[in-house]
Amino acid sequence: MPAPVIATQNLVKSYPVKNSKDFVAVDGISFEVAPGESFGLLGPNGAGKSTTMRMIGAVSTRTSGDLDVLGLDPNRYGPEIRSQLGVVPQENNLDLELKVRENLLVYGRYFGLPRARVARRADELLEFAQLADKAGAKVDDLSGGMKRRLTIARALINDPRILLLDEPTTGLDPQARHILWDRLFRLKEQGTTLLLTTHYMDEAEQLCDRLVVVDKGRIMAEGSPADLIRRYSSREVLEVRFGSTQNAEVADRIQSFGGSGFGERVDVLPDRILVYSESGENELERMTAAGLHPITSLVRRSSLEDVFLRLTGRNLIE
Amino acid sequence: MSGPTNDISDDMRSQTLAAAVAAAARTRRYGSWYVAEHRFRVMRSYAQTVLFTAVGSPLVYLYAMGVGLASLVDNNLGDDAVTGVSYLAFLAPALLASSAIAVASEEFTYPIMLGFKWNPTFFGMNASSIQPGQIINGIIISVAVRMLVTCTIFYVFMLVFGAVPGRLGFVAVPVALVTGLAFGALVMAYTATLKDDTGQLAMVQRFVILPMTLFSGTFFPLDVLPPYLQWIGWISPLWHGTELSRVFAYGLSEPIWLSLVHVLYLAALLAIGWVWARRLATRRLNT
Ligand SMILES: Nc1ncnc2c1ncn2[C@@H]1O[C@H](COP(=O)(O)OP(=O)(O)O)[C@@H](O)[C@H]1O
Ligand SMILES: [Mg+2]
Repeated sequence: MPAPVIATQNLVKSYPVKNSKDFVAVDGISFEVAPGESFGLLGPNGAGKSTTMRMIGAVSTRTSGDLDVLGLDPNRYGPEIRSQLGVVPQENNLDLELKVRENLLVYGRYFGLPRARVARRADELLEFAQLADKAGAKVDDLSGGMKRRLTIARALINDPRILLLDEPTTGLDPQARHILWDRLFRLKEQGTTLLLTTHYMDEAEQLCDRLVVVDKGRIMAEGSPADLIRRYSSREVLEVRFGSTQNAEVADRIQSFGGSGFGERVDVLPDRILVYSESGENELERMTAAGLHPITSLVRRSSLEDVFLRLTGRNLIE
Repeated sequence: MSGPTNDISDDMRSQTLAAAVAAAARTRRYGSWYVAEHRFRVMRSYAQTVLFTAVGSPLVYLYAMGVGLASLVDNNLGDDAVTGVSYLAFLAPALLASSAIAVASEEFTYPIMLGFKWNPTFFGMNASSIQPGQIINGIIISVAVRMLVTCTIFYVFMLVFGAVPGRLGFVAVPVALVTGLAFGALVMAYTATLKDDTGQLAMVQRFVILPMTLFSGTFFPLDVLPPYLQWIGWISPLWHGTELSRVFAYGLSEPIWLSLVHVLYLAALLAIGWVWARRLATRRLNT
């Protein structure tokens, strides 16, 4: 295996809290990202994803542990590491006082690139981000998805070896998300290493070759999306609803049915019951045969959401 | 080091290091100028306002105060009643220094709040090869340029109004520049401490800049004030800058050690504000 471009070992970040113990936002995280890989941090709000990204982006000093980005230690080689990164932060920080294209021009200069080269690259990137016709527009007049694409274009101005994306599509409508995913796919195809955080399981499934599931600053599991689903869930999930009044009562029967309950495992949520199984249809038939008639039923493939639920007992988006 | 595998990875490591060092070298050296370049682009969007103020304020102030008020003063007290020169000659260097303070109070307050908080572009810069200290340097450089333009235009109007008897009068321009920056760097550092603006910046305008302008020997010599108010002048960069400007503009007589104190005091404030602002920026951007 080629040398990893990012390697963390027991990475910790804690923040001081007045009159109290330090708050540990990242609590001993270890993972490695190979060149060209698309690697994800999947976890709910407050899991410590952004904090981890900032440490890797060499703008936040780690409290302890080892961190190695492109073989360099961020404590010593901050500007050098950042010269090789493209960063899409969770909150956009485009300059609203400048026009769309100008944002790329000033940013390119921050890497010491000659003006002519930055100008050429800016035009290419506006094309890539499908913003060529907005070059002279005010940033504030762009839609959320366009702003995000502009931020990605800005992050690419120095031809980075690694692109860090912190929740790239949070807050965007489905169509805008798909346009963005398409752009990120292209980068992936071109061999750019992507490190991204998300709390959307579909985004992780779409974009990540490999990911870690993070909760409360710790890694709960690591693997490819398919891997994780195989390891922590079943092939299919049957979702049944019996109405809020019936749910709890029926849940007992489903969980204890035939001794071990339906399927491989049953999860009871406030509004519905999940039955994990190789075949959801079979379980539904057995259920009906046993005289249980859900108001609605749905059979779907298992997802990372189920993995997260299994690992933490909670949903990704609360 | 042992074994061939290690050697290979060490070799790759040193190659990456060499490439990264080369890529960041220019930014390490010129980063502050790149930030200044960015700020100039932003200023271009309000260049008209900048020029309008730079031309309008000397016209208005020199005319209203220097000519209008001056004729009143001179008619009543005589042509050389205020420190030995006409009121216009006395007032003009102070107005010049005040115009530098005005630029400082504009550029080192809301734009700083903007960059750290409202439109956090400083965080964007900091994610590139730029370092926090360079952001502060770049802002100071860009404001210095705007201030220099403003003060030069002001000085040209002083000449037009015949307000500069001394031959070394032009030195008042760099003096005003240093005065504005010395005050501005402190204001910038203070603004960088604010997590949010809940009226503090307006308070600075009202309770620092306004009294400073009134009690810094601007419109009347400091010794006219009762002794218990004179300390305002002594701690005020504007008073030190104004007095020093007067030495050059018309040869205000003061002991040489006092002129030296003016220079040292302004330089010290500038250094303190600058270093403090750089520290705060580093702390705030490294989260
Ligand atoms: N600068 C900071 N000071 C104090 N606490 C922080 C700071 N940044 C983040 N945190 C806390 O650390 C935890 C993890 O935050 P974050 O990394 O932003 O999570 P995520 O990106 O996964 O939502 C949160 O509880 C957050 O409140
Ligand atoms: Mg986050």
